[in-house]
Amino acid sequence: MKTLDRKANYILSAILAGIAILVLFYMDSNRATYSYPLAILQRSAIYAVVAVAMNLLTGFTGLFSLGQAGFMAIGAYTVAILTIPVELRPDVYYINGIAEPLAQASAPLWAALVLGGLLAAFMGFLIGYPVLRLKSDYLAIATLGFSEIIRAFIAAPLLDRVTNGSYGLKSIPGFSSTLISFFVAALCIFLMVLVIRSSYGRAFKAIREDEVAAESMGINLFKHKQMAFVISCFFTGISGGMLAVFMRSIDSKTFQIGLTYDILLIVVLGGIGSITGSILGSFLMTAGREWLRFFDDPLVIGGFNVPLFRSGFRMVIFSLILMTVVLYYRKGLLGNREFSWNGIYAFLQRLSQRLKRQKVSKEVGKDD
Amino acid sequence: MSGITLLQHGLTGISLGGAYALIAIGYTMVYGILRLINFAHGDIFMMAGYFMIFAVASMPWYLAIPLVMFLTVLLGVTIERVAYKPLRSAPRMSIMISAIGVSYLLQNLATYLFTALPRGYPEIPFLKKSFHVGELSASLVTLITPFLTILLTFLLMSLINHTKLGMAMRAVSKDYETSQLMGIKINRVISATFAIGSLLAFVGSVLYFTDRMTVFPFSGTLPGLKCFVAAVLGGIGSIPGAVIGGFILGIGETALVALGYSTFSDAFTFAILIVMLLFRPTGLFGEKVTDKV
Repeated sequence: MKTLDRKANYILSAILAGIAILVLFYMDSNRATYSYPLAILQRSAIYAVVAVAMNLLTGFTGLFSLGQAGFMAIGAYTVAILTIPVELRPDVYYINGIAEPLAQASAPLWAALVLGGLLAAFMGFLIGYPVLRLKSDYLAIATLGFSEIIRAFIAAPLLDRVTNGSYGLKSIPGFSSTLISFFVAALCIFLMVLVIRSSYGRAFKAIREDEVAAESMGINLFKHKQMAFVISCFFTGISGGMLAVFMRSIDSKTFQIGLTYDILLIVVLGGIGSITGSILGSFLMTAGREWLRFFDDPLVIGGFNVPLFRSGFRMVIFSLILMTVVLYYRKGLLGNREFSWNGIYAFLQRLSQRLKRQKVSKEVGKDD
Repeated sequence: MSGITLLQHGLTGISLGGAYALIAIGYTMVYGILRLINFAHGDIFMMAGYFMIFAVASMPWYLAIPLVMFLTVLLGVTIERVAYKPLRSAPRMSIMISAIGVSYLLQNLATYLFTALPRGYPEIPFLKKSFHVGELSASLVTLITPFLTILLTFLLMSLINHTKLGMAMRAVSKDYETSQLMGIKINRVISATFAIGSLLAFVGSVLYFTDRMTVFPFSGTLPGLKCFVAAVLGGIGSIPGAVIGGFILGIGETALVALGYSTFSDAFTFAILIVMLLFRPTGLFGEKVTDKV
C-alpha cells in the first residue's frame, strides 16, 4: 500500500499544529466569548501531561503506579505557596498565620512550576527506593498508600502554617494568557517523548517486556525503574502545579484517589503505551464529561418527562462507556500504536477501496 | 488517661476492628483465588449500607436483613460475572483496571440514585440498645461485633477446611488451571467466593454503619482500602490473618484518634502497609511465594 513520505508527514503535522495555534490564539483573544471551551481545553492539556507521565510508567516501563494524586498535590502546593501575592497572604492564612520563612518567599510562575516538579521528583526518588522493589499490584497499592499519606500530611495541623491545613489555599493568580498553559503542556509532553525515544526509553521498554531478559542484557533494573519513576513524578508535579494555577484555589480534597482514577481511565481510554492516545484520551474524557451534560438536565418529550434524566445521570453513562472500553476494547483508542498520518492515510485508502467495491458489486447487481 | 476512657476506647477499637476484619476476609479470599485486588469490594459494602436504608424504611428489620443480604450477594456475584469473568485470560493489569472501573461506576451510580448527601443509617433497635457497666457505656453492637466476627470466621474456616466447596476453593487458589483440568467448575467456585465475600461485607456494613450512622457514595472507598491493607498485613490469602489484620488496624486507628492524632489515622494504615511490604511482604501469616519466570 502507498504510504506518505517523510516530507508530507512533516507538512501535515505542521499544518495541524498551525491550525491549532491559530484557533487557540483566536479563542484567547476573544476570551470573553470562548471562556467555557478554553477552560475545557486547558484542563485537558493539564491532564494530558499527567496522563503521558503515567503512561511513561505504566505503558512504557510496566510499572503500575497509582500515586499520581499525591505527586500532583506536592506540585500544586509548591506553586500555590510561591505564587500567591505576598500582600494577599495574610488573608489566605487568616486562621493560623503563615510560617515566617514563607511569608516573603515568592517566585515567578515558571520557577515555581519547575520547583514543584523537582520537589515531586525528589519525593518520588525517596519513595522509589522502598516501593520499586515491589511487583505489579503491590506496587500499585503501595504508591496509592503514599499518595494518601502525602494528602494526610498536607491536611495535618502540623503543617497548618505552610499548607493552611484543611482550609486550602486560594487567591492563586491564574495564567496571564491561556496560551501559556498549552505551551507548558506541549513542552512537557515533548520532553517526555524525547526521553521515551532515547536509549533510556528503549531500556524502559525492555523492562516492560521482560525483566529477566532485560537484566541479562545488561540493563540495571533498579536504576532504570527509579529513573522512569522520578521523571514521571517530575512531570506529574508540574501538571499538579498547572492545575493549581488553573483552578485558582486548592485544598487537600482536590487530590483524592478519585483524581488518580480519572488519570488512569484517561490512559486506558487512549491506549496503554500510546502517547498520542493519552493526549487524545484526556481531551475526549474532559470534553466528554461536558458533552454528556445534557443527561443531567430534565428531558421532556411531548409533555412527557423522561424519568432517568436528572443530576448525576451523566456520570453513570460516562462510567458505563468507560467500562465498555475496559471490557470490550481493552486496547483503548490507539492500543500501543501512535497516531500517524500514515495510519489515517491507510484508513482512508481502505475506506475508498471498500466504497469502490460496493459500487462495483451494485453495478454487477444491476446487470443481472 | 483514666482506666475507664482507656477501656471505652479499647471497646470502640475492637468493634471497628471486627467490622474491618469481616470486610478484609472478602479481599483476601478474592485475592487468594483470582490474584485480583477487588477495588469494588469497598463499594459493595457502601451499596449494602444504602440497600439497608431503603429496606428498613419499608419493612421491619427482621425481614430487611435477609433481603439486603440477598441483594448484596447478588450484586457481588453479578459484578464478578460481568466485569471480571470476561477478563480471565487477560493480563492482571486489565482486570485490576476493570475493578477500578466498577468501583467508579458504583460510586457514580450511588451519587445518581441516592444523591451525594449523607443519609442516615437506620437504627436496628436491639443493636442500638445501650448498656452501662459502672461508668462504662456502650451500645450492644460494640459488644456483639468481636464475637460475631470470631463466630463467622470460625464458620468460614470450617467451610473451607471441611466441605467439598472449601476443598475446591483451596484447589483453585493453589493452581487455577490444574484444578480446572481435575474437573472443578472454577466459575462456580469463584462465584461462591464472591458470594461469601459480599455476605461478610454486608455483615461488616451493618456493624460499621450502625456506629457511624450515615452513608454517602464515597463512604466505601477508604474503609475498602484499609481493609485491603488489613488483608495484606495478615498475609494475603490467609483468613485468620485478615481477621487479625483487621483488629490491629481498627485498634491502632482508634488509639491514634484517642491520642489526638486523628488526621494521621488514615496515613497510619498506609504506613503500616508500606513497612509491612518492605520487611515481610508475605504478611504475618502468608505463605511464601516464589516468583515464576
